[in-house]
Amino acid sequence: MRWGELIRRLVLVPPTLFGVAVIVFVLLRVVPGDPIAMMIPPGASEADIGRLRALYGLDQPILQQFATWLGQVASGDFGRSISVRQRVLELLLARLPATIELALLATMIAVVLGVVAALAGILLRGRRAEWIVDGGIGMLLAIPDFLWALILLLLFGVLIPLLPISGRIDPEIDLNLRSNFYLIESVLAGRFDIAFALLHHMILPAVALALPFAALVARLLKASLAEAEDQDYAQIARARGYSRPNILLHEVFPNALIPTVALGGVQVTLLLGGTVLVERIFSYEGIGNMAIDAVINRDFPLIQGLVLTFAVLFIALNLVVDLVVTMLDPRLRYG
Amino acid sequence: MADIAVTSIATPPSRLLAGLKRGGPRLWLGAALVALLVLAAIFAPLLAPHDPLEQDLMSAQLPPAWMTGGEPAYLLGTDSLGRCVLSRLIYSARTAVMVALIAATLAAAIGVALGLLAGSFGGWVDQFISRLIDVWMAFPPVLLSIVLAAVIGAGLTSVIAAIVVVDWTRFARVIRAETMVQLTRDYAAAARVIGLSRVKLLRLEILPNLVPLLVTLLAVEMGIAILVEVILSFVGISVAGDTPTWGSMIAEGRQIVYQAPWIMALPIVCIITSVIGLNLFGDGLRHALDPVQRS
Amino acid sequence: MTATFTVEGLKVAIGAANVLRGVSLEVQPGEVRGLVGESGAGKSMLGRAVLGLLPANAAVTAGRIAFEGRDLLAMAEAERRRLLGRRIALIPQDPMTSLNPVKRIGAQIGNLLRHHLDLSKRTALARAAELLTEVAIREPERVLALYPHEISGGMRQRVLIAMAFACDPALVIADEPTTALDVTVQRQVLQLVERLRLRHGSAVLFVTHDLGVVAKICRSMTVLHAGRVLEEGETANVLTRPRHAYTRALLAATPRADRPAEALRPVPPALIEQLWSEAHRLDDVAAVDAA
Repeated sequence: MRWGELIRRLVLVPPTLFGVAVIVFVLLRVVPGDPIAMMIPPGASEADIGRLRALYGLDQPILQQFATWLGQVASGDFGRSISVRQRVLELLLARLPATIELALLATMIAVVLGVVAALAGILLRGRRAEWIVDGGIGMLLAIPDFLWALILLLLFGVLIPLLPISGRIDPEIDLNLRSNFYLIESVLAGRFDIAFALLHHMILPAVALALPFAALVARLLKASLAEAEDQDYAQIARARGYSRPNILLHEVFPNALIPTVALGGVQVTLLLGGTVLVERIFSYEGIGNMAIDAVINRDFPLIQGLVLTFAVLFIALNLVVDLVVTMLDPRLRYG
Repeated sequence: MADIAVTSIATPPSRLLAGLKRGGPRLWLGAALVALLVLAAIFAPLLAPHDPLEQDLMSAQLPPAWMTGGEPAYLLGTDSLGRCVLSRLIYSARTAVMVALIAATLAAAIGVALGLLAGSFGGWVDQFISRLIDVWMAFPPVLLSIVLAAVIGAGLTSVIAAIVVVDWTRFARVIRAETMVQLTRDYAAAARVIGLSRVKLLRLEILPNLVPLLVTLLAVEMGIAILVEVILSFVGISVAGDTPTWGSMIAEGRQIVYQAPWIMALPIVCIITSVIGLNLFGDGLRHALDPVQRS
Repeated sequence: MTATFTVEGLKVAIGAANVLRGVSLEVQPGEVRGLVGESGAGKSMLGRAVLGLLPANAAVTAGRIAFEGRDLLAMAEAERRRLLGRRIALIPQDPMTSLNPVKRIGAQIGNLLRHHLDLSKRTALARAAELLTEVAIREPERVLALYPHEISGGMRQRVLIAMAFACDPALVIADEPTTALDVTVQRQVLQLVERLRLRHGSAVLFVTHDLGVVAKICRSMTVLHAGRVLEEGETANVLTRPRHAYTRALLAATPRADRPAEALRPVPPALIEQLWSEAHRLDDVAAVDAA
């Protein structure tokens, strides 16, 4: 039964997360690099260093440190950041909404672009113009998101200075919002001036993230459409007097959507991973940008918290994709 | 029949020709771009007009020679310390090619070994390797390589290690699946019937059939390795000090992008050319090596 | 009286190969005509040409396909679409792949009815239920809410038959509708086709390689071989007094209840020779016709 499969997947989540936790934890500690060395002012005494070490629990044996940390995480405490000196959970909760909004916007742009490109490609199927669509998709796919970010930054930020190239919103704007989901909240509250100002900043990083993913969606969907169109039921629909656009939209598309979501949905994780650099390039205040700072500063607790957050997002995405596929495909719902 | 793979060296000329024809313009364009990259890397000292580290603060931020204010001595201009951009681009190709070759080969070696093991032995070996891949896939790859490179410390070895540790799964996953598919084919059953041992079967029958796939993956992985190196040097945790890399040039250019956009634009052009070249080359090679057109 | 369906000198080529080399046949209103031949004879290609389903690399190179006197090939696309599915319907070969897997049975029949007959959603569903009753499906309302994978192959074929007769077509092209079914289900399907064509007053072109099926339900038949018509006439006449050696060979290969089955034999060389010379003679005739 389908629910059995879902439960099996859910049961596998904790061990996978545990594996991720172990790997990060061990990686950070067996290799050289001392976070304390980076935060002490010059001229600090050995005793000072020792006290700092004890404060962050770094004087304990590794196993002890791991057990302590795991126990804290289980009770919702990710520890204190070494470099920013705030609670890791607070930092994550403050920055995560910015990344989620960016990733959602990028996904929406990518899906729209990808579906349009796939439909254009399939309508041109067999004609010479088809290779223009295929070639364009190939180009978009070969260049990764952070290069698109740099290209867009140069083109629309510098050469034709249409859009801002850093930050999430102009600092002088008075936000006065309750949550950190600025975009979602401002749209829901009908404060479109703020939403517009936010989009103004988000559009370049979002498009950069969206382009390779749009190409992926387009390629998958076009191949699935072509395959579904060759199936008997689609051919027979032609013999029933339906026009080709009608068949593509009503008969073929719902079928082609299933493999596209199953294969492409998982790749949203790539888009999510891409936020790390794209946020960096556009100085966008999300968890990706924060991750790079955390790594450079050897901020162990923050890195651990961030990696776990990404892992949870990745796993959750996989489950959501599975659920959506089940919803789309009646054959998977029961038997 | 369909499953006879073309192995590398012993290919008779007629088959080689047929293969080149199947590769088409992709193969040629890709090979040309890759050759350009490799030649630039090998002959960097001969090609570069200046020492890439030589600073000339008197002529800092010069635009390319054809723009107003450019100087013919600095064909592609200079950066904020007055270093020759063209020479730095050429020397950066060295780092890129070195990282690409070594990292991709090592990642392939590990990935193929584990993929073959998982695909052919099945059982708990497969379970273990598959779970390992699952855990790996739960990391954002970019973040993982950044973490790795940062904790291992700056240097070429650390960049390569970061790429290998992150990317072996790309090979392992595909090779595992493909091995399983190949083992169900008739020729594998036939080989078992005539008494080939498992190791011999893998080496003589399965591996040759994986060659076209492997070559494509390698080419793509080299492109990825180049990109990861760019990312790491952009973030500032790649090779130490003032060794020129495309990524560090972009990071420097980002700071003065309004004053001197070409400093950022030129390495981007180099990266895109290399990556597209490698992709085309891999794609062309796959078509050339694979007598069965698997799309 | 105009024939319901006329094919004149139809030639279809796939690339350089001619799959139909000048086929002519007629179906009168209410007639059930069998179109027989072994696989590769071109019988399916004929059906596809009528329905506009020729593969991309195939093309009609000569001839005429007329429906109620109007040339289907010369007709505007939109006009032909109004005929297809309404006046000319298809019973497809494979019930397992011929229904859209992600749409409920009710939606598939309902869409067809609404596409051609301008019904409201509710009337269309009610009509769909009636159609299912006509093809002897019990609890039609329940079945309308099911997906194709939830019903058996025989039931799917009945749904497809219901869809073919949904708009009272003048002509139904049945493309080997029994081939994919097992023998007991085959008989029910044949009875259904017979019953529905009488009720809806449709003519049927029954494409099959099974002479037993033809003998059961077709009044007349056309034998196709290598893209040409070898023989045609009243079924009884053709089957009892086959004029052509090929038809005799086909007949001999058909298992019958009243005598032990003969082993399948390859076509004897002499027969191939004869067919070959015949084919060339026909080429000459065609050349004269064209001149």
